[in-house]
This record gives sequence, structure tokens and C-alpha cells, in this order.
Amino acid sequence: MATVALPILFPFLLILVFVVIKSSRAAQIVGVLGSASLLAISLFLFIQVNEQGILTLNVGGWEAPMGITLVVDHLSVIMLIVTSFIVFAISIYAIGFMVGNHKTNKFYIFFFALIMGVNGAFTTGDVFNLYVWFEVILISSFVLIVIGDSKEQLEGGIKYMALNLIGSLLFLAGLGLLYGETGTLNMAHLAQILRTSEHSLLINSSTTLFFIAFGIKAAVFPLFFWLPASYHTPNITVTALFAGLLTKVGVYALMRFFTLFFIQDQVFWLNVLLVVAGFTMVVGGMAASAHYDIRRILSYHIISQIGYMIMGLAIFTPLAIAGAIFFMIHNMVAKTNTFLIAGMINKLKGTFYLKDIGGLIKQSPLLAVLFIIPAFALAGVPPLSGFFAKFILFKAGAESEHYAIVAVAVFTAMLTLYSMVKIWNEAFLKESPTKEFSAKGVLLKIPNKLSFIHFLPSIILGLGTVFLGLFAQSVYQFIAEAANQLIDPEIYINTVLNINMQ
Amino acid sequence: MNSVILQLATPYVRSLLIFFAFVALLRGHNNPGGGFIGGLLAALAIVFSSFAFDRRPVQRKLKIKPGGYVAMGLVFLLLSFSPSLLKSQMLMEGVWVTIPMGILGELNVGSPLLFDIGVFMAVIGVTLMFFFTLTNRK
Repeated sequence: MATVALPILFPFLLILVFVVIKSSRAAQIVGVLGSASLLAISLFLFIQVNEQGILTLNVGGWEAPMGITLVVDHLSVIMLIVTSFIVFAISIYAIGFMVGNHKTNKFYIFFFALIMGVNGAFTTGDVFNLYVWFEVILISSFVLIVIGDSKEQLEGGIKYMALNLIGSLLFLAGLGLLYGETGTLNMAHLAQILRTSEHSLLINSSTTLFFIAFGIKAAVFPLFFWLPASYHTPNITVTALFAGLLTKVGVYALMRFFTLFFIQDQVFWLNVLLVVAGFTMVVGGMAASAHYDIRRILSYHIISQIGYMIMGLAIFTPLAIAGAIFFMIHNMVAKTNTFLIAGMINKLKGTFYLKDIGGLIKQSPLLAVLFIIPAFALAGVPPLSGFFAKFILFKAGAESEHYAIVAVAVFTAMLTLYSMVKIWNEAFLKESPTKEFSAKGVLLKIPNKLSFIHFLPSIILGLGTVFLGLFAQSVYQFIAEAANQLIDPEIYINTVLNINMQ
Repeated sequence: MNSVILQLATPYVRSLLIFFAFVALLRGHNNPGGGFIGGLLAALAIVFSSFAFDRRPVQRKLKIKPGGYVAMGLVFLLLSFSPSLLKSQMLMEGVWVTIPMGILGELNVGSPLLFDIGVFMAVIGVTLMFFFTLTNRK
């Protein structure tokens, strides 16, 4: 199945194309076409997974526990589709917003390097290979942050790099311990060994290291500091991309590891995850409500939403895992969309600071409609995607009698609603302040006009959110299948290791 | 930094670093080393001379810019895929050729070497890119 490698190889080929292309107009066109093809590739993989079950590819012809195996199961293919959908929207967005002193070609090279890393992390079945993809993601995202060469970006970039490097280091240490204990790095083989092993002491130390490493990547409490320190500095196109993808790779890795093989002291670890989930939700939500810069509100809000996904993992019933996956999809689409809208507000008003913005509902009714969709979805208003995501999670929590975390989640939903209403009131409903200087004493830029190309990506993502809500039933069926595979990884292990099931 | 000792020692250290970069690159298939470590050593040679002298003349003297190294590395990586595809083997499966070298014996060369060279160049490029960006004081 050579198609399994396509989500990695295709962005790689695109990078080579961008090295050759000189004109930025051509780069923009190739960027949109390339990400559209990526979407087609992942839909094709989706059809194949539906027909044939889990797909595997042993790279280099080395059989499973020895070589690197690429595995595409239900969860992977879901992540690939959502990723390429978001990437498609952002590649259109970049035409309108990645302008000015930014080097267009350099942006596209590292844009697709990031996609290659993210797709690689979603498809790999090897722990060390996962580390390599994390590094690819880290390097390319650092370049994307500092691409504007401003002092603020460099500061944000260094904070981001430093904290994430610590995460990588812990990841590597945990990986070394795991390899020393079991002698293998293949995820399925690890699962096979650890499910029958009695040595929980060494596994626990390695679990701790992995938990902190992925916790930093996923920005959970108390390891999230890199996120608000860096997300407001780069060009809004880059922030939107990060908001959609980066933290979710960490959540994906947590899901994979804690369902597949860190099951030695499961009760203890699920309780740790549960507590972390609760704190992540509340702290993120509270911090979001204290800020007035749209990008900062949304950045803290990402953290708060990560809590819901961890909550689903921590409850650990098939329904809860399905809820976590549903929430992740919904969040990736809606969250990216809110950042796209923040960029448009900035383009219209010249600032991200809510106090200096107002009257947008008269100035651009279309923008107001486009904001309502993801904002309502995030707040959990039916029939949009967020309602179903939260409903599944709350139901799973209530069924398994985790009442405390459900209460926290409901409280956080209020905080979310408050943040969204704050942006709505300040930016859209309030009268536009008539002053030349902002509250911070900066001269407000002359407002720009928005054309259709600026709105299009937000329309695409908005339709995605509506689709997820309207067809929640069919989406849920596929996700439930993915959740079952995670809870009972027998099929995964057997397919990867090529064991005949009798 | 303006140290005479460092400036006098640099040419020797630089040559040594580049020599061992290639040693690491070539022995890396079955022994410790490989493209990544080799690339770091080679990049270190250039970083070292920028510390001893100034960053600017070193950067100007580079015949290939960091971006060029990355691009060449990527091309080599792509080339390393092609032998296995041409022989319709599994993707990235090693293809090995034995070249007779007369009295020197035989040389066993394979497509993994192309992959290592690709990594080698990409690592040099990315490391230099980071270094020059971070030391750039406007």
C-alpha cells in the first residue's frame, strides 16, 4: 500500500517545487492546488480504510517490528482529512493575508514542511519516527513564527522553541527508557509486550516522561505557558494554522499512547489525566475572559478546549473517546475559523485590541454571520458541531459517574460563552470608537476593504462546522469505530505485526 | 569575540571538523555517525569561524547560501527514493551495487548513502539558517 506514504511524500514534493518557483503569485496558486490535492489524497485514504480496514506500509521493506511502519487506521485517517481540510482553507487565506514584507516562497516551504510533519505524526506506527516528525514540526513552526523578522516575533519564537525543546528532550528520554526495557520501538510490538509485562516500575517512569512531553505539546495545565507567549506574535495566517494543528498533534499522541500501551497503572494515570483536564479547562477559560486582545482571548481559549479532549480520554469509555475525537475535529475547524475572522477584523480595523474596535455589524454583516457560526459552535449551541461534541462528552461522563468533571466542563462552557459574547459585543455590537490613537497610544492604521478572497476560507470552514452538526450521526458512526479500535487495539496490533487471526 | 589564539587555531580546527564530518557521514550506515551528526559537525566548522572572525565576512564568503544547502539536501533525499521505485521494490528499500576497485578491493555502495547525503546537506542548511538568523542584530 504505497498510498499510505502519500500524505508525507506529497508535501515533500511540493517543498521542492517551492524551492524552484520564483514568483509569489505562482507560489500562491501551487499552494492552493497542492493542498486541494492533499485533501483528495486523504479522502482517497478514507475510502480505502473504509473498504479494507487498517492500512500499513513497511518502509524500506523491513518487516514490522524491525523497520518503520506507517499505519493508517480510523483515527489517523480522520485526523488526516481534518488537517488537509484546514490546510486547504488556510492556503486560500494566505493569498489575502500573507502579504507585505513576508517572503512568500519561504512561507510556503515551511508551511508544507509543517504539514509533512503533522501528517507524518498522524500516520507513523513507530515511536522514534514520531519523535522525528515532532522535530520536523518544531523546526518548521519556529521558522514560521519568526518569518516576519520582528523583535516581538523573535522573542515569542525563542520562548516557543525553548519550552518545546524541553518537551522533545523528555520525549527522547522516555523513549530511551522504553527501548531499554522492551527492546522495540514499534508501537504495536510495544503494546503486545507491555500488555503482558509485569514490570510497571520502569514503564511508569517512562510514562511520566511521555506524559510531560506530550503535555507540553498539547498545552495542558500546568505546561501551557509557551502557547500564550508565542501565538499572538506571528502573522495571523500562521497563528490560525498553529491553532488548528499543533496542540492537536500532542492530544493525538496522548490518545495513541494511553490507549495502546500505557495501561499498566491505568487507574492512577486516568485520574491524573482527569485532574489535568479539569484544571486545563478552568484555567484556560478564566485567563481567556481576562484579556482584551482577540488573539490572546482565542489563544487561552485553545488551552481551555484541550481540557475537553483530555477529559474524554480520561473517562476512557468507548463513548467518551468518541466524544474526545468528535470534539477534536469540531475544535480544529471552528478554532481555526475564529482566528481567520480575527485576522479579518484586524484588516478592517487595523488592530486586534477589542477596546479600539466596534460597529462591525454595520460595516460588514457578512463577517458577523461568519463569526456567529464558529462562536456558537464553540459555545455549544445546537445544531452546530460543538453541541454534539459536548453532548457526547457530558453523556459519557454522566454514564460513568464522573460527575465532578462534568460539572467543571459545564462551568467552562459558560466561560466559553462569556468569551465569545465579549468578542461579539465589543467588536460587532458596540459603536465604533472614533479616535485616531488606540488605548495604547498607537496610531490606528487606515482601514482596508475585504474582498471575496478574504472571506472564502472562513466560508469554507463555516460550512464544515455546519456539515459536522447536520451530519453528526454519520460522522459519529465512523468516529465510534475509531474509538472502538482505540479501546480494543487487538486488530491494530495484529494488522501491524501481520499476525493471522484465527 | 576577538581572540588571536582562536583566530590562529580556527583554520586547523575547521579542517579537522570538516574531515570528521565526512568520516561520520560515510561510516554512518552501520556505525555511530550518519548524515545528521556529519551535518552538525560540518555546520559547526562554519559556526566556529564566525565566532573567531566576524559573522558577516564568513556569511558573505559562503559559496552556497544556507537555503541552497537545504534545497540540495532535499533533491538528494528525493534521489534516494528513486532506485527503489525504479526497481519496483518497497518504497525506500535499499538498492546496493558493488563496484570493483582493483587492488583496493570492492566498494559496496547503496541508496541509503544518498539519503544520508541528503540529510547531511539539509542539516547544514537548517543549522546555518538558524545561526545566521539568531545572530543577526539589526
